[in-house]
Amino acid sequence: MELIKIIDLHASIGEKEVIKGVNLTVNRNEIHAIMGPNGAGKTTLINVIMGNPKYRVTSGEILFEGKSILNLSVDERARLGIFQSFQYPEEISGVTFMNFLRLAYEKMHPDQKMSVLEFGDMMVKIADSLKMDHNFLKRYVNLGFSGGERKKSEILQLSALNPKIALLDETDSGLDIDALKIVSEGINNASKNGMAVVLVTHYKRILDYVKPKFVHIFIDGRIVKTGGIELAEELERNGYEEVRI
Amino acid sequence: MTNNALSKTEPGLNRRIIEEISESKNEPLWMKDIRMKSLEYFLNRPNPNFGVDISALDLNSIVNYVKPGAQNERSWEDVPEDIRENFEKLGIPQAEREALAGVGAQYDSEMVYHNMKESLKKLGVIFLEMGTAVREYPDLVKKYFMHLIPPNDHKFAALHGAVWSGGTFIYVPPNVNVPMPIQSYYLMGSPGMGQFEHTLIVVDKGSKLEFIEGCSGQNYSVSNLHAGAVEIYVEEGATVKFSTIENWAKNTYNLNTKRASVDKDGTIIWISGTMGSAKTMLYPSSILKGKGARAEYTTITYAGPGQHLDTGTKVFHFAPYTSSKVDSRSISFGGGYAFYRGLVRVSESAIHSKSSVDCSALMVDNVSKSDTLPIIEVMNNQSEIGHEAYVGKINEDQIYYLMSRGLTEDDAKALIVRGFLDPFIKQLPFEYAVEFNRIIDMHFNSKIG
Ligand SMILES: Nc1ncnc2c1ncn2[C@@H]1O[C@H](COP(=O)(O)OP(=O)(O)O)[C@@H](O)[C@H]1O
Ligand SMILES: [Mg+2]
Repeated sequence: MELIKIIDLHASIGEKEVIKGVNLTVNRNEIHAIMGPNGAGKTTLINVIMGNPKYRVTSGEILFEGKSILNLSVDERARLGIFQSFQYPEEISGVTFMNFLRLAYEKMHPDQKMSVLEFGDMMVKIADSLKMDHNFLKRYVNLGFSGGERKKSEILQLSALNPKIALLDETDSGLDIDALKIVSEGINNASKNGMAVVLVTHYKRILDYVKPKFVHIFIDGRIVKTGGIELAEELERNGYEEVRI
Repeated sequence: MTNNALSKTEPGLNRRIIEEISESKNEPLWMKDIRMKSLEYFLNRPNPNFGVDISALDLNSIVNYVKPGAQNERSWEDVPEDIRENFEKLGIPQAEREALAGVGAQYDSEMVYHNMKESLKKLGVIFLEMGTAVREYPDLVKKYFMHLIPPNDHKFAALHGAVWSGGTFIYVPPNVNVPMPIQSYYLMGSPGMGQFEHTLIVVDKGSKLEFIEGCSGQNYSVSNLHAGAVEIYVEEGATVKFSTIENWAKNTYNLNTKRASVDKDGTIIWISGTMGSAKTMLYPSSILKGKGARAEYTTITYAGPGQHLDTGTKVFHFAPYTSSKVDSRSISFGGGYAFYRGLVRVSESAIHSKSSVDCSALMVDNVSKSDTLPIIEVMNNQSEIGHEAYVGKINEDQIYYLMSRGLTEDDAKALIVRGFLDPFIKQLPFEYAVEFNRIIDMHFNSKIG
């Protein structure tokens, strides 16, 4: 089933066009990797799909389950089941992870009533599976977190909120090999119930654990080439300029 | 008690009105003298030359004394139902049963209920309506009354000295740890009146007290005035925590004065939330006069549409090894204006003192305003002084982050505001914290609950 379909998408920040005609279709349960040089527009693409008001779509279309989402606000898109994981997640002082996630969960799944205790149990299980200290849940959202903790916190949220598609921005950057394995397992677990993944990464390393069906090479605001995992291997050997041709 | 039934005074202020108030209270002569002197100061003093604009406040139209249709009672059952209902809605009798050592409840110019638990009486704690304390403990009251806040301090201290009525007197004898908080609640129910309660707290050597003060009122099209005074004497090694949740109606001018003097190794803790009123000027002050005395502040100011709230903190370090710590925050939204005015003064003799002041102001939208004016004066070079200030708009990236998790924009703002105010909220008694979160939700159209 076509979950998300992006058609000839152009988007700008200020007067500068950053997304220059992207076409991409992601089906349920598929994992797509997007690889490309710094400044190519990968983060921008994720923000545009999520509906960040800083970016302006100038033409093209984004369909989610067959319907245009271009007129929907960020939170409406989130409630449809789109999840963005951030390279640099914000700190929210004075708000504990537990309170924040409970609130978000109620918004995302209004029909699933869970007691405070049940929700707490669920969160503790998820924290355990990501080998995170339970105290984490009592801490303020991302405040004073290390780089690795922030990445885990994003995957913890992903696991709790159970979206239909996860847009993951360099979730592997800065992780040591143990943390990378744990985070990858978290992503794989979350995708067991049919969740699709769009994974932006610079390194082939994570693709050994999170196995993509498609690898897209993204240069200067466009997908210039699409293939399988072999494309990532080629990239690792030859760099972007070679692969482009 | 009072036989001279005075139901209310005429608007404005003159000697005859003061005499009426004093006589209706059967006061000793010395108190009447304080009132008369205060009146003179009041008539001769100009309005403050800083802070909020009070030019629209017509003091000649304010009714300075309004007696409620009730006596001061020791049992809620004896409080007339129409008045009692107001306090029941605020959950005060219930809180008293569950978690308070004593409660005072003032309606307009007089206390209608004032009582404490038997166990406290046995410890020698005195907890009385202020006027009653003047009659029953004249020597004790005279020793402290308006010494920390002299009537000629400023125009509204003078007004207070002239027409004060109601309020609470507490004396805690040495080495008594009052196990539960004592609370006084002030309600203003009549239009166009002024409320001038006086709170006098003396906590003797080595003792501990937590006091909670709440205030609210009914909204009217005419102006109301509140000019209370709080004087706290923290003796050697004693600790006082004084918490206030001020939620006056939006027609109220709140021109209030609070001061504590702290002796050797004593501690004053101010928890102060200013959220109501049209205009407020309030700067709780701590005079650290004994070696090792300490002051701590956690304050928030919450200014919404039509409000100009000028608040702050003042600490005077007069002795060596004194310390102070200030965490002061403000929110302004919907066109509100929050102004922080801070003063830390460290005298020449207050060597080895420490002070850290942290003030931050968060503006939720483009139409609201915030300013901070911290002043630090250090007269010796053997003290450690730290200061941080932040004034800024609510962060769009934070809102985006929360919205990307399904929260509406309103929910996201309310959550950020709650988080920002968390250091204050978590100091509050439970029912106040719940109420406070509810008010934030309401102002931001949020339903986070
Ligand atoms: N908020 C922003 N303000 C200004 N320029 C931006 C902003 N976000 C992205 N850009 C610009 O858009 C281009 C693409 O950036 P980005 O999407 O972050 O690339 P990538 O994630 O592929 O490294 C870059 O030239 C970057 O400078
Ligand atoms: Mg990027």
